[in-house]
Amino acid sequence: MKRILNSFCAALLALLPVMAVAQIDGEFVKPRNGKFLLKNATVVTVTKGILDNASVLLDNGKIVQVGSAISSDGAEVIDCSGLFIYPGIIDGGTRLGLVEVSSVPETVDYSDVGNVTPNMQALTTVNPNSEAIGVTRVSGVTTVLTVPSGGLFPGTASLINLNGYTPDQMYGGFKAVAMTFPSSGRRGRFDRRSEDDIKKDGEKAMKEANEIWDNAKSYLELKNSGAELTYFPEMDQLAKVISGELSLLIEVNASSDILNAIKWVEGKNIKVIFTGVAEGWRVADQLAKAKIPVVTGPIQDLPTRASDRYDTPYANAGMLAKAGVKVALRTDEEENVRNLPFHAAFAAAYGLGKEEALKAVTINPAEIFGVADQYGSVEAGKRANLVVSTGDPFETRSQIIHVFIDGYRIPMSNRHIRLYQEFLERSPGLKTN
Amino acid sequence: MKKHIYLLAAFLGLGVSFAHAQIQKGSVLIKNATVLTVTKGKLESSDVLVQNGVITQIGKNLTTPAGVTAIDATGKYVMPGIIDAHSHVGLDVVNEGSAPITAEIRMKDVVNPYEIGIYRALAGGVTVSHAMHGSSNVIGGQNATLKHRWGSNDPADIIMQDAPRTIKFALGENPTRNHGRRNGIQPRSRMGVEAVIRNGFNEAIQYKKGWEKYNLAKAQKGNTISPPAYNERLQTLVDILDGKIIIHCHSYRADEIYMLINVVKDFNIKKLVFQHTNEGFKVAPEIAEYTMGASVFADWWAYKMEVYYSTAYNAAILQKNGAITSINSDSAELIRHLYHEAAKTQRYGGLTDQEALAMITINPAKQLGIEDKVGSIEVGKQADLVIFEGHPLSSYAIPQMTFVDGVKYFDRKADREDQRQLVAATEMVEPIFLRTNEEAYRCMQDVDEYFEAFQGAFIKEKH
Repeated sequence: MKRILNSFCAALLALLPVMAVAQIDGEFVKPRNGKFLLKNATVVTVTKGILDNASVLLDNGKIVQVGSAISSDGAEVIDCSGLFIYPGIIDGGTRLGLVEVSSVPETVDYSDVGNVTPNMQALTTVNPNSEAIGVTRVSGVTTVLTVPSGGLFPGTASLINLNGYTPDQMYGGFKAVAMTFPSSGRRGRFDRRSEDDIKKDGEKAMKEANEIWDNAKSYLELKNSGAELTYFPEMDQLAKVISGELSLLIEVNASSDILNAIKWVEGKNIKVIFTGVAEGWRVADQLAKAKIPVVTGPIQDLPTRASDRYDTPYANAGMLAKAGVKVALRTDEEENVRNLPFHAAFAAAYGLGKEEALKAVTINPAEIFGVADQYGSVEAGKRANLVVSTGDPFETRSQIIHVFIDGYRIPMSNRHIRLYQEFLERSPGLKTN
Repeated sequence: MKKHIYLLAAFLGLGVSFAHAQIQKGSVLIKNATVLTVTKGKLESSDVLVQNGVITQIGKNLTTPAGVTAIDATGKYVMPGIIDAHSHVGLDVVNEGSAPITAEIRMKDVVNPYEIGIYRALAGGVTVSHAMHGSSNVIGGQNATLKHRWGSNDPADIIMQDAPRTIKFALGENPTRNHGRRNGIQPRSRMGVEAVIRNGFNEAIQYKKGWEKYNLAKAQKGNTISPPAYNERLQTLVDILDGKIIIHCHSYRADEIYMLINVVKDFNIKKLVFQHTNEGFKVAPEIAEYTMGASVFADWWAYKMEVYYSTAYNAAILQKNGAITSINSDSAELIRHLYHEAAKTQRYGGLTDQEALAMITINPAKQLGIEDKVGSIEVGKQADLVIFEGHPLSSYAIPQMTFVDGVKYFDRKADREDQRQLVAATEMVEPIFLRTNEEAYRCMQDVDEYFEAFQGAFIKEKH
């Protein structure tokens, strides 16, 4: 019995490889749809507390029932005793699927030529077979916003679920136009512009942004009045923001820029989300007063100023939340999106708290993106995006045991794990026969 | 004549001890902590006594000697100061990208004790960092091992004077891009990289023979031989061949790693550590058998072609194959949470606490040749220590205090917020650096950023 227990523990530790080893030679394990009963787990619902010894029934891509004494009729039962069920983790800002190898320009598709290209669609260029997607989802991150970047209006971001073979199968039901707010900060060490030039460049960019905005407003007015319009895809997309059909993601980081952005948004009557917000803690009260939700991150980042306290990037999310700002987290990454739970842990430890940090990667982004009816908690009726783990998924020592996306049971494998299986005990080893 | 040499040596010796006299050493008693010794297991409710910079006693209920400050660490964890075997923090310049071999370059000449990154590293529990030359050249410069004695304005104070010499080598994309593809000289391929190294060592052997011949002839009565021209570059390569310098080689792909193992075998070089080593897992048995191991990232991959076929299980595979394995940062950002990077080996490969902690303490110490001085909590070792709130391998852990030689250089609760020691008079408005973490990777600093700035292409290039 003890031996069985031991081997069970060993299997848990090395669970990912062990599970996949069970497959027959050459077989490929596919994501599998079905009716699943995840039985006897601790369910961390996020919105309805923590349920001990509870089960979750999934069917047809949806969570059907959460509670005890659920009939297993017709369902594949998965014993989750001693395990924890969490809602799928959401990254509020990534480039996942838009880039394969960042130093190889041919594989980088998140940025295009031109300053005003809001009509360019991130969703179109999402590569469902990107290696990074398989690597990310086994960490429990099931859903990400994937965002173009570069110019003033670089394109339209899209929420995607990390399972599917076409972008449309992956589409998560939310799109937003991205904007890079004119900045007063330096782009890096090699940015050697004078303070005056930085200021002038910022003012010029702001003037340009206002002109473009006014043009888009005129475009919308003409369109609404039934005027015959020439093909103008950029204006057409911006008009959707002005009309309230799409949200505007404003990337803004330096505190003075944040204040300018708050002013710029005032009276525009549009749906706005601020992203980045690295120096948000300096102007947290103004952000709270403006009632603008924030997607902040990366958390594991350097302070923006040499004089700043060393832990400001870790503490930023907590300070924003304390001031009353609605906060979601992001990695702003591509291949390292799997680290989102660890970014959340750092935010939790440095002031956000564990409960709020969990919300900041589940229900908060769902609410900010207007999809809380489908995502962000373990509740009946929502999409079956679930994570089953041996413990707190923010802890590195926890293992993620199962991931469900849109009701599909995801194979717990990817290239990183396959390489582990092949090379842990290489054959031949040091010497051949 | 001989007497003069002795006198000179004595004088030089004095000079060295003067330099050492600057270094502060502290005494402290850390009481009632969970002590993670790394080499001697975990000790519950134990004390660590430090006197004059050295750990003198470890045990329960130690008495506080007169004049020693006691710190109550009940409920907290103490671990050895974290050692980063790959960093560029505290360096003004990183690459001398002008030739495929620049072995004469010394990073000790460009150490900047004012860099805020040193304090930020201390705040992450890092007490020793290996400040390396970049990866632009096949054989780059000699690295400096730093002790993070924050607050000094003398570069000599933050250099670990008793650490052995190490030198940077680099294989693959970076040297072939910088020299072959940019300047049209060898190496342009991984074949060329091997040739550059072999040519360099063979030339050094010729150079050494020249001096040996001269020294023999010089001893002959009535000789008129003149000495060969002194060449610092070749002399450094001779020192590598003579086992006086540890090679730390930037590498990614298994083929190039295997190539260098064969090269050093041919030249009978024993002291070799691989850096980055993303595909080290593919040749783990060879690395374990023939080298001083690999210093790797916890999980970085896919930022360039030669790390596309990586796995986050790399460290675990290397460890389980018996290679000395450390986790490094190569980044002013990652260096702030190496304890967390090491903890990722538990997610990816299920390593024990002991194995994971060794990867940022005693293992990098071995690779830097300083394992007799630092890297574990043992009586007689230098008192580089970190006090943590929470187990250091927990994602929620927070470093509280960091000591180097028994002197406290970081205190989360007591330190002032602005730690700058030098503010330029011309700095009217403090610069704000946005998305600095992309800038934190400095392996190709001084080569790529100018290149890119002039080309106007801001494609990310890391490491």
